[in-house]
Amino acid sequence: MKFTLSWLKDHLDTEAKLEDLLYALTDLGLEVEGVENPEKTLGAFRTCRVIEAQPHPNADRLRLCRVETWPNGPEAASEEVQVVCGAPNARTGLVGVFAPVGTHVPGTGVDLKPGVIRGVESNGMLCSERELMLSDDHDGIIDLPEDTPLGVRLIDLRGLNDPMIDVKVTPNRPDALGIRGIARDLAARGLGVLKPLEITPVAGGFASPVSVTIDAALKAKGCPLFAGRVIRGVKNGPSPDWLQTRLRAIGLRPISALVDITNYFTFALNRPLHVFDVAKLAGGLRIHAAEGGETLQALDGKTYTLRAGQMLISDDRAPQSLAGIMGGELSGCTEETTDVFLESAFWDPITIAATGRALKINSDARYRFERGVDPAFTLPGLELATQMVLDLCGGEASEVVVDGAVPDTARAYRLDPARVVSLVGMDIPEDEQRRTLEALGFTLDGDMASVPSWRPDVLGEADLIEEIARVASLSLLQGKPLPRREAGVPKPILTPLQVREQTARRMLASLGYNECVTYSFIDSEAATLFGGGSDAVRVENPISSEMTHLRPDLLPGLLRAAARNQARGFADMALCEIGPAFHGGEPGEQHLQATGLLVGASAPRDAFGSRRPVDLYDAKADVEAVLAAIGAPARMQITRKVASWWHPGRSGVIGLGPNVLASFGEVHPRILQAMDVKGPAVAFTVMVANVPLPKVKTPTRPALKLADLQAVERDFAFVVDKGVEALTLVNAAQGADKALIESVRVFDQFGGEKAEAQMGAGKKSLAITVRLQPTEKTLTDKDIEAVSAKIVDKVAKATGGTLR
Amino acid sequence: MDGLDALKGKYLEGIAGAADEAALEDLRLAALGKKGEISLKMRELGGMDPVLRQSTGAALNVLKDEIDAALRAKKAALGDAALDERLRSEWLDVTLPGRPRRQGTIHPVSQVMAELTAIFADMGFAVAEGPQVESDWYNFDALNIPPEHPARQEHDTFFMNRAEGDNRPPHVLRTHTSPVQIRAMTEQGAPIRVIAPGRVYRMDMDQTHTPMFHQVEGLAIDRDISMANLKWVLEEFCRAFFEVPSVELRFRASHFPFTEPSAEVDIRCSWEGGQLKIGEGVGWLEILGSGMVHPKVLAAAGVDPTEWQGFAFGMGIDRIAMLKYGIPDLRAFFESDLRWLRHYGFAALDMPDLAGGLSR
Repeated sequence: MKFTLSWLKDHLDTEAKLEDLLYALTDLGLEVEGVENPEKTLGAFRTCRVIEAQPHPNADRLRLCRVETWPNGPEAASEEVQVVCGAPNARTGLVGVFAPVGTHVPGTGVDLKPGVIRGVESNGMLCSERELMLSDDHDGIIDLPEDTPLGVRLIDLRGLNDPMIDVKVTPNRPDALGIRGIARDLAARGLGVLKPLEITPVAGGFASPVSVTIDAALKAKGCPLFAGRVIRGVKNGPSPDWLQTRLRAIGLRPISALVDITNYFTFALNRPLHVFDVAKLAGGLRIHAAEGGETLQALDGKTYTLRAGQMLISDDRAPQSLAGIMGGELSGCTEETTDVFLESAFWDPITIAATGRALKINSDARYRFERGVDPAFTLPGLELATQMVLDLCGGEASEVVVDGAVPDTARAYRLDPARVVSLVGMDIPEDEQRRTLEALGFTLDGDMASVPSWRPDVLGEADLIEEIARVASLSLLQGKPLPRREAGVPKPILTPLQVREQTARRMLASLGYNECVTYSFIDSEAATLFGGGSDAVRVENPISSEMTHLRPDLLPGLLRAAARNQARGFADMALCEIGPAFHGGEPGEQHLQATGLLVGASAPRDAFGSRRPVDLYDAKADVEAVLAAIGAPARMQITRKVASWWHPGRSGVIGLGPNVLASFGEVHPRILQAMDVKGPAVAFTVMVANVPLPKVKTPTRPALKLADLQAVERDFAFVVDKGVEALTLVNAAQGADKALIESVRVFDQFGGEKAEAQMGAGKKSLAITVRLQPTEKTLTDKDIEAVSAKIVDKVAKATGGTLR
Repeated sequence: MDGLDALKGKYLEGIAGAADEAALEDLRLAALGKKGEISLKMRELGGMDPVLRQSTGAALNVLKDEIDAALRAKKAALGDAALDERLRSEWLDVTLPGRPRRQGTIHPVSQVMAELTAIFADMGFAVAEGPQVESDWYNFDALNIPPEHPARQEHDTFFMNRAEGDNRPPHVLRTHTSPVQIRAMTEQGAPIRVIAPGRVYRMDMDQTHTPMFHQVEGLAIDRDISMANLKWVLEEFCRAFFEVPSVELRFRASHFPFTEPSAEVDIRCSWEGGQLKIGEGVGWLEILGSGMVHPKVLAAAGVDPTEWQGFAFGMGIDRIAMLKYGIPDLRAFFESDLRWLRHYGFAALDMPDLAGGLSR
């Protein structure tokens, strides 16, 4: 919302300094977003007189001017300055505008310095309008009438000495979309007095030839009130300079007196109006809901097709205006207009918002009506605007025609001064609270505050508190300690799952992974490759084709990240992410994953030959470390029921019964190809929440049992079919004597061609070491032989393997 | 007895000149072995008369001990010499790098979330969570943003697809963490103190915006919590988070549909030579939005607004991470550039806590 200081002063009687006004505006909640102060940008430019202009001795197109200037104003002595000027109209006796050395010229962005042009000194500049950014005129320097006072500032001469202020108005403050509303806030803050707005109704000289009717269906909601009148015999030329200057200052283009008047009311009083050219109307105006399919060429030159239910103003022939949003081109006012119908209506905010959004029209009228204009000001606004039309364009006003009535918005809320103090935490005296509300237009009856008609946002006691607090100034608020709810050392506040998330993250980082945060949405192709991409998880209005679906898994995001890093020249990397994946499009259909991805080699090349391609067992070691860190049990099942994006032979699922805790392995080569990642690539995904929580939570550890007797280790090498899994063999051996066998560990695997040559086709050797820990008596050779035989037997039964 | 002196001289000389352990062993056997010269002489003692036996025996024992000590000393000396010789040949290049070990990092967003948690935990705030796909009721209506409210348009909302025939309003990707207020209050009632950090989504992508970013919500409801308490909590938070001796906050009246009164909060700062300094200078930097929870929001979450009151605030996590750690570009947070992750990331052991300080 833009306005100028002089415009504000139409409504606010104030001597306050600009800086104080700006500070107060921001502090009141009308955040100042910009200020343009012509005094700062154009204050140095003064009128001057060219004493004599002669040809430049060394250049045909340049002129050498002796200029009389008044650097200290018209009252002080003048000074003669020599200026070289290239303008064709530089001549003896010209009254122009002079910029002394040191001035910043806004149109060129140049700071003037003393110069020598073609061997002749030049100290300053005679300016064109474009150089001052006053217009596009650059045909010559400014050429003022001869009787123009000399030495005065151009901004004073042209009435430009008027700072423009741009404030951000929050959606709850439609009243501040009119300059008067802003003035009212400043007056409540004590920065002046709100000037009275005198409204003298204009008596109608004749009956309005244009009638108005609101369809019954719209009277309840949509258009409660529509008023207007005809003013005949107007002359619609350009509006006066003062009005054009104001509109230009806030970025509006002056069009004609009638249109400028409507814009003036929109900004000054938050009272959008519309003017119809009566000559182009047929019969009366009807406010009705569109049936659907009607078209209307609006004032922005575009043609809109209406949907059923959107509001229109039509005459007997055709739609003439998109009600409350934008007028129609057909009945718009032009310089030829002599009879005008001036409309002042009150439109329902929700209906306007819905129509405006559907038609994608952003107009000043829509902006205001959808936030809420003052319904009670509909008729007074019409009267004021009538007077302004008569003043600027002449003519004669008809009687006012009205349909509907001002909607009843009267309401009052209880002011509880103690609650204000309790909620805000500031000691605002009751008197001050009441004074503030009254200054803002509330009327107080005992402790009940009636809301002014221009504040549709005030809908409860809390809103009264907000008004009092912001006028009292929240910047004066002093912090007050918030006591702990319980005395003493704070208790832990994280849930077990939250702790686990942090643990997984720290574990991954300590394993050497770089944590990434990738977008929750991915492209359709990647989503589909990872089991997602359904319509349920599709974003209706994606911001790009790479972000169309919620991610079903974190791996595609990490693979895309890996591809980007490879493109930057990094071949080896360890990336991880801990975050949500989405298995559906309903709230809560998300689950926490911790995913790691290893690409390339295990290490950079070094002197010890450490470098090797990453493989399944790197991923497995890391997934096991993460699982252990977040409290997964020591023994879990490993199956091969992997999802389609894993290498079918080189990946596994870690679970507890049907409960999947993690997947790990090589990423399927087709996926790598599709995602443009150069392998090898291994990965794992932990379903963080699937790891069961401990049944009993106690810091006490089970007692440590240390055996006094010597443990014995025995090695066994078995020949088995090459498809036999080590875990089967280990579990079988483990089961041979649960009391005696403390652990079983694979220490060698011998497979491949050499092994088959030795042991037969399709065979390999697996070697285990079994640790026996007696608890009652030292083992004899006989005991060891007995358990060894059992181990061999169990392994044979489970795997068909024989001792090598 | 002369014989013993000669023997002594012979063996001590032999031992001194022995070149290796084998020569020493030969000497030991020759002198002290079963058939060694000294052993034989010992054996002769039995046939001597008692007086002579006593004196000869004593002398022999002295001689035996002397030779034994010389043998040991020489053996140790030979061992030392051999070790010295071996060590002279053993040399490794200590300037070669150690075996490679990967250095992992924690993302700044995670680190800052941990910092926030540490600070607010100390003030008694738990951590609440909520879904990122939200119903339009939780994201808007319950927060006093009815369907046609202009504030809805300002949220640049991502909508989820709605299957044909499903006439519910489309779900949204939550545009703020505020719906967690509703969920937390509905579940736990009042009094309550929670923060809710997490991902949020807005349809905005340019130099300073990404379609996904992170917010932290704060909520404290009790019987007499005031806006002055809010200011204190935020001051304490900022002081602890930015790790400066003091901060100055300025509350500016503003508007959020879910709080009343509402305030934007600025923090005093200076920008000198492109370096941001919190807590000093003449500048003000907007860092968060806050206010007293609107009675309608309390009521929507089943909390009686005539009995309970309190504050809420919302702050951009990425933004405060950028401010604190001098990270220039928001978009880089989500690009997973290894160079960025390594430069701005944190070590696994950099666990923020109040006892040891938040950052190293």
